[in-house]
Amino acid sequence: MLVLENIHTHYGKIEALHGVSVEIQKGEIVSLIGANGAGKTTLLMTVCGDPQASSGRVLFKGEDITHKPTAQIMRSGIAIVPEGRRVFPGLTVEENLHMGGFFTSKQEIRKSQDHVFELFPRLKERRNQRAGTMSGGEQQMLAIGRALMTKPEMIILDEPSLGLAPLIIKQIFEIISTLRDDGITVFLVEQNAKQALKLADRGYVLETGRIRLEDSGANLLANEDVQKAYLGG
Amino acid sequence: MIAQNFRHALFCAFITLVISYPILGLNLEAQGISIKLTGAETQTYVGIALAVLIVFLFQLFRPAILGGLGRVKALNPLVDRQPMPQEKRIRFERVALVLIVLGAMFWPFIASRGAVDLATLVLIYIILGLGLNVVVGLAGLLDLGYVAFYAVGAYTFGLLSQYYGFSFWMSLPIGAVLAAAFGFVLGFPVLRLRGDYLAIVTLGFGEIIRILLNNLTDLTNGPDGIGGIPDPTLFGMEFGRRVKVEGNTSFHEVFNIPYDSTHKVIFLYLITLILAVFTLFIIRRLIRMPVGRSWEALREDEIAARSLGLSRTAVKLSAFTIGAFFAGFAGTIFASKQGFISPESFVFLESAIVLAIVVLGGMGSQLGVILAAIAVTILPELAREFSEYRMLVFGAAMVLMMVWRPQGLLPMTRVHINLKKQEAGVTDHA
Ligand SMILES: Nc1ncnc2c1ncn2[C@@H]1O[C@H](COP(=O)(O)OP(=O)(O)O)[C@@H](O)[C@H]1O
Ligand SMILES: [Mg+2]
Repeated sequence: MLVLENIHTHYGKIEALHGVSVEIQKGEIVSLIGANGAGKTTLLMTVCGDPQASSGRVLFKGEDITHKPTAQIMRSGIAIVPEGRRVFPGLTVEENLHMGGFFTSKQEIRKSQDHVFELFPRLKERRNQRAGTMSGGEQQMLAIGRALMTKPEMIILDEPSLGLAPLIIKQIFEIISTLRDDGITVFLVEQNAKQALKLADRGYVLETGRIRLEDSGANLLANEDVQKAYLGG
Repeated sequence: MIAQNFRHALFCAFITLVISYPILGLNLEAQGISIKLTGAETQTYVGIALAVLIVFLFQLFRPAILGGLGRVKALNPLVDRQPMPQEKRIRFERVALVLIVLGAMFWPFIASRGAVDLATLVLIYIILGLGLNVVVGLAGLLDLGYVAFYAVGAYTFGLLSQYYGFSFWMSLPIGAVLAAAFGFVLGFPVLRLRGDYLAIVTLGFGEIIRILLNNLTDLTNGPDGIGGIPDPTLFGMEFGRRVKVEGNTSFHEVFNIPYDSTHKVIFLYLITLILAVFTLFIIRRLIRMPVGRSWEALREDEIAARSLGLSRTAVKLSAFTIGAFFAGFAGTIFASKQGFISPESFVFLESAIVLAIVVLGGMGSQLGVILAAIAVTILPELAREFSEYRMLVFGAAMVLMMVWRPQGLLPMTRVHINLKKQEAGVTDHA
């Protein structure tokens, strides 16, 4: 579904990704783990075309999207839940969701909104609350819900567990695993390696702009190096 | 503590002296071909000494005085007013707008000629304020060169009438569209910039347009400006004593009433009123349409907006272009009202005034913009004797606003778009 071939990405002269290759099949949950500053966000942003890869190719559904404008990529069936949630703070929950459905018809907005409210009953309770006044967990739910409103075939999540309480993290990860049942392919980027790998069909380990390891989620969890570096022993 | 305060106060007083003495106390006088430095009158020196003393005392007793200012804040008439609930507020704003428009329609028939003329200017500023509000208040793009588009509208009409004899009604859409085109073309390279950079580049653009107008003497007549710009006509009826354009008739002859020069003033006022209401209406509609929501989304969080597939350039350009369109609109009216335009009408101060209207009005609120436009245009007229201190009063008003009401006169009520109602054919209101 999504293929990254030997991606190099630069910020000015500094190279943040040194030839990264990743492949995600339709219907999979794939986790990418890595420490702070490894280049996880850069990788995701390269998929979205901002910044664009300086060499290598990004293919989505077989089509080369490496040099397409971001707006076009984001309308082609990929949705991203950006790092730090980034809900529209001044808009209500419902308005945030409607912004997600900006390019879909009103009937579809209704339908997807009902679906999101089913996934996150919490959001339904708070539908008229300003997003900026909600808790971190609720904002994360809203960010995921808003991304789902674009009717994506694939959803990319950038550290959804960041700064959340363990109980909330568990909830969020449960929701993520149910997304697959709706036929959505999931690309999950996390520092929280344990939870992310448990959930994943396959996983990648990114270190300073290079893929170090690639295996099934279970194998990576059992891997000694991974345990040492990311699972605290 | 006291010693430290004392030193600080002494330092501030010294700075005051250093700044004010050369500016106020020394004069350059031209004597023949040479320039001579002379002192000022004793009165001025007393003033400077007084100012230095005041600064010194203020800094010395600053904690106590600022404590007092806290009490001033408590005296604020605007504070403690609970924000109205959304529903009530929406209705209030709508009723207020309708009342203002109705009042504005009948008022010129009882008011004096000068007052109506001033009111026309207020309406022009309202159009400008509403237009810039789209750019600054809604889309969050700080545009310091808004006057450029105002100038484009005015000069379009001025030039078209001078060279091709175009009438007001023909030039109005052309001026607005041309200004919008300028906005579009400028927007393309500029809108990649963020915040401060955007502000500086637009500021530069405003100046470039003015300097161009000043220097393209062959076309624009340079600093001498363009005169003889025609007034609007009503179905081919002119409002002057004699018909100027062949084929037109004259208002007072058609209706067989004695000629009265106030007819023209009132007519121009009413036209401007209609155009201001038109502007208000169009922008209110736009805010509720997807394009309006995309402005807001981009202002709230650019990355999030882009992650949902909104194109940053398209959204910003739409706001910029629409804002420029209404500036061009206002410019055409202004040219017609004045009958004469020169680059001097389009200095940075104009951009600053319109921006002040938007900020004072509460960044995004339309009723707020209207009230602020009235205040900003009329107050200096009321205090004509103080016109030299206009900027000072302006500054003081701004400071008081920041202390008392940092969110503006009437902070924007957000449009809550309700899907169910929308489907039933009912739209929500801001
Ligand atoms: N906008 C930027 N400009 C320059 N360097 C950046 C920028 N964003 C990230 N970087 C650098 O790229 C590297 C990878 O960062 P990032 O992708 O954010 O890592 P992660 O998401 O894994 O924490 C870091 O060294 C970071 O300093
Ligand atoms: Mg990151």
